[in-house]
Amino acid sequence: MTIQFNDETFKDDYTFKNSKEALARFPFPFHEDSYMYSVNLEPHVTSRPGSVYEMGFDVDEHYVSEMRDRAEVLAQDPLRSQSLPHMTLAGWDFLELVMENKSKDYPDLFELHKDGNKWRWINKPLGIDDTFTFLDETTLPYGPLEYIGRQTQGDHVLLDQREDNLWADAGIVTTQADWSLDFDIGMNFFQWHAPVPLAAELGVFKRALKFLMNIQLGAPARRLNWTMTVNPLLDTSPENYAEWGIQKTEITPETIGSKQHLRVELQTLWRLPRSNALVFPIRCYLASFEDIATVPKWGRRLHRVVRDIPDELATYKGFIDNKPLMLDFLSKFDDGLPTSDGIWPDIETEPPLQK
Amino acid sequence: MSNFEFPSSIVSRPVYGTFEARPGHSHLFIADAEGAAAILDFAGSNQSVMATSHIIYIPKDCGDKYVKQLEALNASQLYVGPTYPAAMSRINHVLANAHMGIQIYLSGTEGLMSETRTAAMAAGASLDSIQLEHRGSLSRRMQCVHCKGITEDVITDPYVCSHCGLNLFVRDHYSERLGVFQGVRVDAEDHGNVPDAVELYK
Repeated sequence: MTIQFNDETFKDDYTFKNSKEALARFPFPFHEDSYMYSVNLEPHVTSRPGSVYEMGFDVDEHYVSEMRDRAEVLAQDPLRSQSLPHMTLAGWDFLELVMENKSKDYPDLFELHKDGNKWRWINKPLGIDDTFTFLDETTLPYGPLEYIGRQTQGDHVLLDQREDNLWADAGIVTTQADWSLDFDIGMNFFQWHAPVPLAAELGVFKRALKFLMNIQLGAPARRLNWTMTVNPLLDTSPENYAEWGIQKTEITPETIGSKQHLRVELQTLWRLPRSNALVFPIRCYLASFEDIATVPKWGRRLHRVVRDIPDELATYKGFIDNKPLMLDFLSKFDDGLPTSDGIWPDIETEPPLQK
Repeated sequence: MSNFEFPSSIVSRPVYGTFEARPGHSHLFIADAEGAAAILDFAGSNQSVMATSHIIYIPKDCGDKYVKQLEALNASQLYVGPTYPAAMSRINHVLANAHMGIQIYLSGTEGLMSETRTAAMAAGASLDSIQLEHRGSLSRRMQCVHCKGITEDVITDPYVCSHCGLNLFVRDHYSERLGVFQGVRVDAEDHGNVPDAVELYK
């Protein structure tokens, strides 16, 4: 497998774009023509070669540029990476998990050589060749979570399991959908979800927590979540909202197709062997409305989802003000034809747009 | 304005109750302003506890209103200080030297309870040993999510960050670790368009 890595930005001049291949594997999050919260967790097993579900930790054409963006965010705000003192072992568990998965799944890009606790890690795309002692923090330039988090797409939160709850006690978070690690660190599952509307009343969190606490070693789980982002801005943090918030008001009928992005999170959950913690990778994928609309099924469906979503959810996800503009654009891609079940594009079998 | 019933919407906010007697080798009371009344009410039916009690009180705008009554409780130690920062080194010293079996009672504003609870947890106190009773002002202790500065005694929404000067709305999200609610720029999507401030819970 050879990946051609893009040289692109996720802020300022926003040169991010998806190749045709990247769009074809975009994890479109709607399996039917409407959306409501659900626990929607399924086993994170290898499926559909070429899709984002094929590997444990997906590496794609945005990898090198995303890691550069992360380094810039961390330089500007080091509080985006924090680990409470009792979480160091979980950090090592996570480092091992990523290194073993990536060297197995992408042997031409990553290599891990073990000699007892003396490990050599080679990351070719980022030009890293480090030798260190596993479980000895002094042999790495950062703590284990930050070290591997700077080389792994997606945000990563380590959840300690105790008192029948999960506690977000460590994380490296620079591509978040508007939540603050610095504020939420140390919170339990219900506390950090406190601002989410409707879901608690539906019992979603209680059921999800029960499921998560039962995740077993070697049997990770996954789900998709989504929101909307104007411009392909990875770092939609509350910290910087004072600056980026205004961008939400800067789309017009002419620019909405290229500027408005559907932001999808592939969330996975893995039990860690020594610490018994969970790691919660939250991987962000972006696609512009105009790119999504090139897939007839997705164009039809996205229009119907946005049209029918409850106002509370559109408000929480931050796009209620732009909803009319979105619908004007998306309605052009909805000819009223039925759509096939499931999230996949089904390009060969779904009819082209009839208008 | 005692015993205000807070709206139930905020899952992350601590639950405030009424002090109850719990067995302990020693008892630490930290209160500000109207929080003194919670100590007085408790001591009324638990006078024996006072012999092993340390009371730290910051009257704020209550002035001398409760000081004489607190003195009359004959606690083993009573400290009345001008501000929280002035009392902080004493509070931290007491918490650091506390033994297992100490009971901690925090009363008054949410800000006082938040800050002292955070300090107690940092000093190793277990949550089970800490009781909270809200009294008096409904002000909140707010952290600006942008500059991280903490503004005490916020009573309106929106409010002005006392550090960076941004106009912030009061988000119903509370961090136990930091002992603060979250403030977020209110005019981020329409610079300069700041709604009129309204009193919290009105």
